[in-house]
Amino acid sequence: MTPLAYYIVFSALLFSVGLAGALTRRNAILVLIGIELMLNAANLNFIAFWRYNPNGTEMAGLMFVIFSIAIAAAEAAVGLAIIIAIYRHYRTTQVEAVERLKG
Amino acid sequence: MPSNGPSLITFFVFAAITLVSAIGAMSLRNMVHCGLSLAMSFAGLAALYLQLNAEFVGFAQILVYVGAVAILIVFTILLTKNADVHLPRASRGWLSGLAIAFAVCAAIAVPILKSPSLNRLAPAAPSHSVQRIGEQLMTTYVLPLEAIALLLTAALLGGVVIAMRDDPVDKLKPKADLQPQRRRGAEAAMESTSQRLGG
Repeated sequence: MTPLAYYIVFSALLFSVGLAGALTRRNAILVLIGIELMLNAANLNFIAFWRYNPNGTEMAGLMFVIFSIAIAAAEAAVGLAIIIAIYRHYRTTQVEAVERLKG
Repeated sequence: MPSNGPSLITFFVFAAITLVSAIGAMSLRNMVHCGLSLAMSFAGLAALYLQLNAEFVGFAQILVYVGAVAILIVFTILLTKNADVHLPRASRGWLSGLAIAFAVCAAIAVPILKSPSLNRLAPAAPSHSVQRIGEQLMTTYVLPLEAIALLLTAALLGGVVIAMRDDPVDKLKPKADLQPQRRRGAEAAMESTSQRLGG
Protein backbone atom coordinates (compact mmCIF):
# COMPACT_ATOMS: atom_id res chain seq x y z
CA MET A 1 0.00 0.00 0.00
CA THR A 2 2.98 2.30 0.49
CA PRO A 3 4.36 3.36 -2.89
CA LEU A 4 8.06 2.87 -3.52
CA ALA A 5 8.53 6.63 -3.94
CA TYR A 6 7.71 7.23 -0.24
CA TYR A 7 10.60 5.08 0.88
CA ILE A 8 13.01 6.78 -1.49
CA VAL A 9 11.89 10.27 -0.51
CA PHE A 10 12.24 9.31 3.14
CA SER A 11 15.69 7.97 2.40
CA ALA A 12 16.61 11.24 0.67
CA LEU A 13 15.41 13.17 3.73
CA LEU A 14 17.49 10.97 6.03
CA PHE A 15 20.50 11.41 3.77
CA SER A 16 20.21 15.18 3.81
CA VAL A 17 19.82 15.25 7.60
CA GLY A 18 23.09 13.31 7.82
CA LEU A 19 24.72 15.54 5.24
CA ALA A 20 23.62 18.72 7.03
CA GLY A 21 25.00 17.36 10.29
CA ALA A 22 28.30 16.26 8.76
CA LEU A 23 28.72 19.69 7.14
CA THR A 24 27.72 21.90 10.05
CA ARG A 25 28.77 20.21 13.30
CA ARG A 26 32.28 20.89 14.58
CA ASN A 27 32.88 17.76 16.61
CA ALA A 28 34.53 14.85 14.80
CA ILE A 29 32.29 12.30 16.53
CA LEU A 30 29.18 14.10 15.31
CA VAL A 31 30.59 14.25 11.80
CA LEU A 32 31.00 10.46 11.99
CA ILE A 33 27.40 10.13 13.20
CA GLY A 34 26.29 12.11 10.14
CA ILE A 35 28.23 9.76 7.87
CA GLU A 36 26.58 6.74 9.53
CA LEU A 37 23.16 8.27 8.90
CA MET A 38 23.97 8.79 5.21
CA LEU A 39 25.14 5.18 4.92
CA ASN A 40 21.93 3.95 6.51
CA ALA A 41 19.83 6.01 4.10
CA ALA A 42 21.59 4.27 1.21
CA ASN A 43 20.91 0.87 2.82
CA LEU A 44 17.22 1.68 3.06
CA ASN A 45 17.21 2.39 -0.68
CA PHE A 46 18.68 -1.04 -1.40
CA ILE A 47 16.11 -2.79 0.75
CA ALA A 48 13.20 -0.81 -0.73
CA PHE A 49 14.21 -1.52 -4.33
CA TRP A 50 14.75 -5.20 -3.46
CA ARG A 51 11.28 -5.45 -1.93
CA TYR A 52 9.55 -3.71 -4.84
CA ASN A 53 11.34 -5.80 -7.45
CA PRO A 54 8.81 -7.89 -9.41
CA ASN A 55 11.31 -10.77 -9.70
CA GLY A 56 10.80 -12.38 -6.30
CA THR A 57 13.81 -14.67 -6.31
CA GLU A 58 16.50 -12.06 -6.90
CA MET A 59 18.49 -11.31 -3.74
CA ALA A 60 21.22 -8.91 -4.80
CA GLY A 61 19.78 -5.94 -2.89
CA LEU A 62 19.63 -7.89 0.34
CA MET A 63 23.18 -9.17 -0.06
CA PHE A 64 24.47 -5.69 -0.79
CA VAL A 65 22.99 -4.41 2.46
CA ILE A 66 24.51 -7.26 4.46
CA PHE A 67 27.96 -6.46 3.10
CA SER A 68 27.35 -2.75 3.54
CA ILE A 69 26.51 -3.24 7.23
CA ALA A 70 29.76 -5.17 7.72
CA ILE A 71 31.75 -2.41 6.02
CA ALA A 72 29.99 0.24 8.10
CA ALA A 73 30.95 -1.58 11.28
CA ALA A 74 34.60 -1.66 10.20
CA GLU A 75 34.43 2.00 9.22
CA ALA A 76 32.96 3.02 12.57
CA ALA A 77 35.61 1.07 14.49
CA VAL A 78 38.53 2.58 12.57
CA GLY A 79 37.00 6.07 12.56
CA LEU A 80 36.47 6.08 16.31
CA ALA A 81 39.99 4.73 16.85
CA ILE A 82 41.34 7.64 14.80
CA ILE A 83 39.22 10.07 16.83
CA ILE A 84 40.62 8.62 20.07
CA ALA A 85 44.17 8.93 18.72
CA ILE A 86 43.49 12.55 17.72
CA TYR A 87 42.04 13.24 21.15
CA ARG A 88 45.10 11.80 22.83
CA HIS A 89 47.32 14.05 20.74
CA TYR A 90 45.38 17.33 20.69
CA ARG A 91 43.16 16.91 23.78
CA THR A 92 40.14 17.90 21.68
CA THR A 93 37.83 16.38 19.07
CA GLN A 94 36.95 19.64 17.36
CA VAL A 95 37.71 19.38 13.67
CA GLU A 96 39.10 22.92 13.37
CA ALA A 97 41.78 22.16 15.96
CA VAL A 98 43.30 19.48 13.77
CA GLU A 99 44.90 21.55 11.07
CA ARG A 100 48.52 20.40 11.10
CA LEU A 101 49.58 17.26 9.29
CA LYS A 102 52.99 17.23 10.92
CA GLY A 103 52.77 17.03 14.62
CA MET B 1 0.23 -7.30 6.93
CA PRO B 2 -1.84 -7.03 3.76
CA SER B 3 -0.60 -8.92 0.77
CA ASN B 4 -0.13 -5.84 -1.41
CA GLY B 5 2.76 -4.41 0.51
CA PRO B 6 3.75 -2.52 3.64
CA SER B 7 1.01 -0.59 5.38
CA LEU B 8 1.00 3.17 5.09
CA ILE B 9 0.31 3.91 8.76
CA THR B 10 3.21 1.88 10.13
CA PHE B 11 5.47 3.38 7.48
CA PHE B 12 4.63 6.90 8.61
CA VAL B 13 5.03 6.02 12.29
CA PHE B 14 8.45 4.42 11.83
CA ALA B 15 9.59 7.06 9.35
CA ALA B 16 8.62 9.84 11.77
CA ILE B 17 10.45 8.14 14.66
CA THR B 18 13.56 7.63 12.55
CA LEU B 19 13.61 11.11 11.07
CA VAL B 20 12.93 12.95 14.33
CA SER B 21 15.62 11.04 16.19
CA ALA B 22 18.05 11.53 13.29
CA ILE B 23 17.44 15.28 13.45
CA GLY B 24 17.93 15.06 17.21
CA ALA B 25 21.20 13.18 16.77
CA MET B 26 22.46 15.96 14.53
CA SER B 27 21.21 18.98 16.48
CA LEU B 28 21.23 18.25 20.23
CA ARG B 29 23.86 19.96 22.32
CA ASN B 30 24.71 17.24 24.79
CA MET B 31 26.69 14.62 22.92
CA VAL B 32 25.44 11.66 24.96
CA HIS B 33 21.92 12.63 23.93
CA CYS B 34 23.14 12.68 20.33
CA GLY B 35 24.48 9.14 20.65
CA LEU B 36 21.30 7.78 22.22
CA SER B 37 19.17 9.57 19.65
CA LEU B 38 21.28 7.91 16.97
CA ALA B 39 20.54 4.50 18.51
CA MET B 40 16.82 5.32 18.38
CA SER B 41 17.14 6.27 14.73
CA PHE B 42 18.88 2.97 13.92
CA ALA B 43 16.12 1.07 15.72
CA GLY B 44 13.49 2.88 13.65
CA LEU B 45 15.33 1.91 10.48
CA ALA B 46 15.44 -1.70 11.66
CA ALA B 47 11.65 -1.56 12.06
CA LEU B 48 11.37 -0.26 8.49
CA TYR B 49 13.50 -3.18 7.26
CA LEU B 50 11.25 -5.62 9.11
CA GLN B 51 8.24 -3.93 7.53
CA LEU B 52 9.83 -4.48 4.12
CA ASN B 53 10.09 -8.26 4.74
CA ALA B 54 13.87 -8.11 5.18
CA GLU B 55 13.91 -9.89 8.53
CA PHE B 56 17.54 -10.95 8.51
CA VAL B 57 18.78 -7.48 7.64
CA GLY B 58 16.46 -5.94 10.24
CA PHE B 59 17.86 -8.07 13.03
CA ALA B 60 21.41 -7.60 11.77
CA GLN B 61 20.75 -3.85 11.89
CA ILE B 62 19.66 -4.11 15.52
CA LEU B 63 22.65 -6.26 16.45
CA VAL B 64 25.32 -4.32 14.56
CA TYR B 65 24.08 -0.74 14.69
CA VAL B 66 22.07 -0.45 17.90
CA GLY B 67 24.15 -3.02 19.73
CA ALA B 68 27.63 -2.20 18.54
CA VAL B 69 28.06 1.03 16.56
CA ALA B 70 25.86 3.26 18.72
CA ILE B 71 27.37 1.90 21.93
CA LEU B 72 30.87 2.35 20.48
CA ILE B 73 30.03 5.97 19.69
CA VAL B 74 28.71 6.56 23.22
CA PHE B 75 31.89 4.98 24.63
CA THR B 76 34.01 7.29 22.49
CA ILE B 77 32.02 10.30 23.65
CA LEU B 78 32.66 9.31 27.26
CA LEU B 79 36.35 8.47 26.66
CA THR B 80 37.03 11.82 25.04
CA LYS B 81 35.35 13.63 27.95
CA ASN B 82 32.68 15.17 25.77
CA ALA B 83 29.82 14.05 27.99
CA ASP B 84 29.17 17.22 29.97
CA VAL B 85 30.24 19.72 27.37
CA HIS B 86 27.47 21.82 25.93
CA LEU B 87 28.69 22.42 22.45
CA PRO B 88 28.17 25.43 20.33
CA ARG B 89 25.56 24.21 17.92
CA ALA B 90 27.32 24.61 14.60
CA SER B 91 30.42 25.83 12.86
CA ARG B 92 30.73 29.18 11.18
CA GLY B 93 29.51 28.01 7.79
CA TRP B 94 26.35 26.36 9.11
CA LEU B 95 24.04 28.31 6.83
CA SER B 96 25.84 27.21 3.68
CA GLY B 97 26.00 23.63 4.97
CA LEU B 98 22.26 23.63 5.56
CA ALA B 99 21.66 25.16 2.14
CA ILE B 100 23.78 22.47 0.47
CA ALA B 101 21.90 19.71 2.31
CA PHE B 102 18.56 21.23 1.33
CA ALA B 103 19.64 21.53 -2.29
CA VAL B 104 20.77 17.88 -2.32
CA CYS B 105 17.47 16.78 -0.82
CA ALA B 106 15.46 18.76 -3.36
CA ALA B 107 17.62 17.51 -6.23
CA ILE B 108 16.90 13.91 -5.20
CA ALA B 109 13.27 14.23 -4.14
CA VAL B 110 11.85 16.24 -7.04
CA PRO B 111 12.79 13.72 -9.77
CA ILE B 112 11.60 10.85 -7.55
CA LEU B 113 8.19 12.42 -7.04
CA LYS B 114 7.89 13.20 -10.76
CA SER B 115 8.84 9.73 -11.92
CA PRO B 116 5.79 7.55 -12.64
CA SER B 117 7.71 4.27 -12.49
CA LEU B 118 8.62 4.82 -8.84
CA ASN B 119 5.00 5.29 -7.88
CA ARG B 120 4.28 1.56 -8.02
CA LEU B 121 3.04 -0.62 -5.21
CA ALA B 122 4.83 -3.63 -3.83
CA PRO B 123 4.42 -7.05 -5.44
CA ALA B 124 3.71 -10.11 -3.33
CA ALA B 125 6.24 -10.60 -0.58
CA PRO B 126 9.39 -12.16 -2.04
CA SER B 127 10.12 -15.64 -0.86
CA HIS B 128 13.43 -15.86 0.88
CA SER B 129 14.74 -17.46 4.00
CA VAL B 130 17.86 -17.20 6.05
CA GLN B 131 18.81 -20.57 4.60
CA ARG B 132 18.74 -19.10 1.10
CA ILE B 133 20.80 -16.12 2.24
CA GLY B 134 23.39 -18.54 3.59
CA GLU B 135 23.40 -20.57 0.37
CA GLN B 136 23.87 -17.43 -1.70
CA LEU B 137 26.68 -16.24 0.58
CA MET B 138 28.48 -19.54 0.08
CA THR B 139 27.96 -19.76 -3.68
CA THR B 140 27.35 -16.55 -5.64
CA TYR B 141 28.79 -14.13 -3.10
CA VAL B 142 31.65 -16.20 -1.72
CA LEU B 143 34.34 -13.84 -3.06
CA PRO B 144 32.83 -10.71 -1.45
CA LEU B 145 32.40 -12.72 1.74
CA GLU B 146 36.10 -13.56 1.81
CA ALA B 147 36.97 -9.94 1.06
CA ILE B 148 34.76 -8.81 3.95
CA ALA B 149 36.47 -11.29 6.26
CA LEU B 150 39.83 -9.85 5.27
CA LEU B 151 38.55 -6.30 5.65
CA LEU B 152 37.15 -6.96 9.12
CA THR B 153 40.43 -8.49 10.25
CA ALA B 154 42.38 -5.55 8.89
CA ALA B 155 39.97 -3.07 10.48
CA LEU B 156 40.18 -4.87 13.82
CA LEU B 157 43.98 -4.79 13.80
CA GLY B 158 44.05 -1.23 12.49
CA GLY B 159 41.63 -0.02 15.15
CA VAL B 160 43.69 -1.58 17.92
CA VAL B 161 46.98 -0.28 16.53
CA ILE B 162 45.70 3.26 16.04
CA ALA B 163 43.88 3.57 19.35
CA MET B 164 46.47 1.80 21.51
CA ARG B 165 49.54 3.67 20.29
CA ASP B 166 51.35 4.84 23.39
CA ASP B 167 54.38 6.64 21.98
CA PRO B 168 55.60 9.83 23.62
CA VAL B 169 53.91 11.85 20.85
CA ASP B 170 52.95 14.67 23.20
CA LYS B 171 55.72 16.96 22.02
CA LEU B 172 53.40 19.75 20.93
CA LYS B 173 51.38 19.75 24.09
CA PRO B 174 52.23 22.52 26.55
CA LYS B 175 51.99 20.15 29.52
CA ALA B 176 54.42 17.65 28.01
CA ASP B 177 57.13 18.25 30.62
CA LEU B 178 54.82 17.07 33.39
CA GLN B 179 54.69 13.58 31.96
CA PRO B 180 58.16 12.23 32.99
CA GLN B 181 57.87 13.63 36.48
CA ARG B 182 54.57 11.97 37.03
CA ARG B 183 55.96 8.70 35.75
CA ARG B 184 59.00 9.02 38.00
CA GLY B 185 56.73 9.72 40.92
CA ALA B 186 54.69 6.63 40.16
CA GLU B 187 57.82 4.50 39.92
CA ALA B 188 59.08 5.82 43.23
CA ALA B 189 55.73 5.04 44.83
CA MET B 190 55.85 1.51 43.45
CA GLU B 191 59.40 1.02 44.72
CA SER B 192 58.49 2.18 48.19
CA THR B 193 55.47 -0.11 48.15
CA SER B 194 57.56 -3.11 47.13
CA GLN B 195 60.15 -2.27 49.78
CA ARG B 196 57.46 -2.11 52.37
CA LEU B 197 56.03 -5.40 51.17
CA GLY B 198 59.51 -6.97 51.07
CA GLY B 199 60.44 -5.66 54.52
